[in-house]
Amino acid sequence: MADLLFFLEVLIGGLLAGVMYSLIALGFVLIYKASSVFNFAQGAMVFFAVLSFVGFMELGIPFWAALPVTVVLMIFVGMATERMVLRPLVNQSEETLLMATIGLAFVLEGMAQFLWGVEVRRLDLGIPDVPMAWLADTTGIFVSVFDVVAGVVAAIMVIALALLFSKTKVGLGLRAVADGHAAAMSIGIPLKQIWMLVWATAGIVALVAGMLWGARNGVQFALVWLALKALPVLIIGGFTSVPGVIIAGLIVGASEKLAEVYIGPYFGGGIELWSPYVLAVIFLMFRPEGLFGEKHIRRV
Amino acid sequence: MYYRQAGQFYTTYSQDSRIIPVREDRWIIYVVVLAGFCLVPFFASDYWLSGILIPWLALSLVALGQNILMGYTGQLSLGSAGFMAAGAFACYNIELRIEWMPFFGSLILSGIIAAMIGIVFGLPSLRVRGLYLMVATLASQFFIIWVIDKFGWFKNYDSSGIITAQDIVIFGKSFTTPAEEYLVCLFVCAVMTVIALNMVRGSVGRNWMAVRDMDVAAEVMGISLLKTKLQAFAISSFYCGVGGALFAFAFLKSMEPVAFDILLSFRILFMVIIGGLGTIIGCYLGAGFILLMPVFLNIFFHAVFGQAVDATLTSALEQVIFGVMIILFMIYQPLGMARILEIMQERLRKWPFKI
Repeated sequence: MADLLFFLEVLIGGLLAGVMYSLIALGFVLIYKASSVFNFAQGAMVFFAVLSFVGFMELGIPFWAALPVTVVLMIFVGMATERMVLRPLVNQSEETLLMATIGLAFVLEGMAQFLWGVEVRRLDLGIPDVPMAWLADTTGIFVSVFDVVAGVVAAIMVIALALLFSKTKVGLGLRAVADGHAAAMSIGIPLKQIWMLVWATAGIVALVAGMLWGARNGVQFALVWLALKALPVLIIGGFTSVPGVIIAGLIVGASEKLAEVYIGPYFGGGIELWSPYVLAVIFLMFRPEGLFGEKHIRRV
Repeated sequence: MYYRQAGQFYTTYSQDSRIIPVREDRWIIYVVVLAGFCLVPFFASDYWLSGILIPWLALSLVALGQNILMGYTGQLSLGSAGFMAAGAFACYNIELRIEWMPFFGSLILSGIIAAMIGIVFGLPSLRVRGLYLMVATLASQFFIIWVIDKFGWFKNYDSSGIITAQDIVIFGKSFTTPAEEYLVCLFVCAVMTVIALNMVRGSVGRNWMAVRDMDVAAEVMGISLLKTKLQAFAISSFYCGVGGALFAFAFLKSMEPVAFDILLSFRILFMVIIGGLGTIIGCYLGAGFILLMPVFLNIFFHAVFGQAVDATLTSALEQVIFGVMIILFMIYQPLGMARILEIMQERLRKWPFKI
C-alpha cells in the first residue's frame, strides 16, 4: 500500500511538473502554428518576462501594477521582434528563421541581464507551496497546492488558446499564415498584424510560465534552459497541436519523475537530464510527426 | 587587373578537375598555408597561439564536421559538442591505457569511436527530419555528457572529475610549447581539410547534396538514404571527435565533461551558419569570427568604458551584440561569410568593371 501511495505521489508530482513544461511548450506551438517559425527564444522570453516583472516590483511598483506593465513590455518585445527580425525574413527557409530566433534569444538574455543584473531573485506569488491538507489527511498523498494552481492556470491557457485557434477569425488567419507566408499574403491576410499578435501572445504566455517557474525555482538564468526541456514535449505532442502539448507534457513529466525514482538508482541518478529526450527519440521512431502532428506526404 | 582567369586553359582532365581551378586562388592558398606552417609559429605570441589559433583550428575542424552534416547533407544537428566530448575522452583513455599507441593513432581511433557513436545517434535521421531531428540529436548531446560524467572509468576515477590530458608525443618527441601544439593542429587540419574537399566534390559529396536538396528524389534516383545519411553522420562525428580531441589536448589541457555542454554546440552551429552552409572555407571563417568577436568586443568595451564598468554588464552587452550580429547575418547575408568572400573574388575578377 505504501508503495502504491508513493508511486501515486511520484506520478502526480510528475504530471504537475509536466503541466509546467506544457506551459513553456505552449509558447513554441503558438508561434510555430502561426508562422512556422521554431522560436528558440521562447526560453529567453520566459526569462526576460519574469526578470522584468521582478525588476519592476523591486523598483517599488506593487504587484497588481507590475503585471500590466510587464504585459505591455512583452507586447512591445513581440512587436519589435516582428518588425526587426521576422519582417525582413519573410519567406526565408525554416533554418534561417530558426537561427534568427537563436540570435534573438541571445539578445533577450543579454538585455535582461544588462537591465536587471544577474543575481538570483525570489518571487512570491502568495500561493503556498505546502501539501494539500485534506488530500494528505484522507489518502496520505502529498500534493503541493502550488503545483495544482499551476496546473489549473496551464489548463485555462491551453483551453483559451485552443479556442482562439479553432473558433476565431484570427485563428483561421493564423493557420493560413502557417501554411504559407506568400499564399496567405496574396489572399489579403494582414501578415504583419497577425505576427505581432501572435508574438505578443507568446510573450504573455512566457510571462505566465516564467512567473510560475520563477516562484518555484527562483528567478535565475537557468530558466533559459527550460526551453530545452520543452523540446521533447513538443516532439511527442507534435509541433502544431495545442492539446498535444498538454498530453505530451503530462507524459514527459510523469515519465521523467518515474524514471528518476525507479530506474535512476541503478545508474547513480541524474537520468532526468536525458530521459525525456530518449523518450522523445523512441516516440519519433514510431510516430515521426508526434502524437497529434500533421502528417505530411512528401512528393518529388 | 592581376586577378584574371582569362588565358588559363585546361588542356588535360586532371587540370580541369583541380580542387582550386584558378591559378591566383591556388597561389594565395599555397602562400597562406606555407605562412601558417613556417612563419606563424615564429612570429605569433604565445597568447595568440594558445588562446586564439589553436582553438580556432580545433573548432574549425569540428565546424567542418557540423557542416558536412548540416550544410552538405541537410541534417539539422545540435550534438556536435557531445561528439567532441566522445572524441576527447576516447583519446584520453586510449593514451592512458594503450601505451604503445602513437598520438596520431589515438587521434584516428578516437575519431572512429566518435563516428560509431554518431552512427547510433544518427539512426533517428532515417525516420525524421528538420527540427524533429534536431531534438533527437540533443538526446546525444545530453546522453554522452551524462555517461562520461557518471561513470568514473572514463575519467580514470579522478576524484575531482577533472582530467588532465597527456602531453602530445609524436615519434618520441613531445609537443608541449604552444608553437609545437599549433603545428600539430595545423597539420591535422590541413590533411583533413584536403580529404573533406575531395569528399564533397566526389560521389560521396554529391550523394550528400542530393539528399539535402530533396531526399525523396535522391532515393528515387537510387541513392540509398540509409547509407548516405549514416555515412554523413559517421564522417561528421569523426571530424567532431578528432576536433574535440585536439581541442582537449592542445587547448583545454585539463577538462571535465561539462566543458562540452550545449553552449559549445550552439557556438559550433553559429560558426557553420555565419561561415556559410555547404562551404569548406566557411568553417574556418566562421570559427575565426565567433572566436575573435568576443575578444574584439572586450577590447572595444575597455577602450570605451575603461575599467570602471562592471564585468557582468559588459558580458551581457556582449551577448546582445552577438545576438544582433547573428540576426543581421541572417537578414543580410544568409549564405554566410563564404558568400561575401565569393562576391569579393568576383569583384576582383571583373575590376575595373562593375558586376
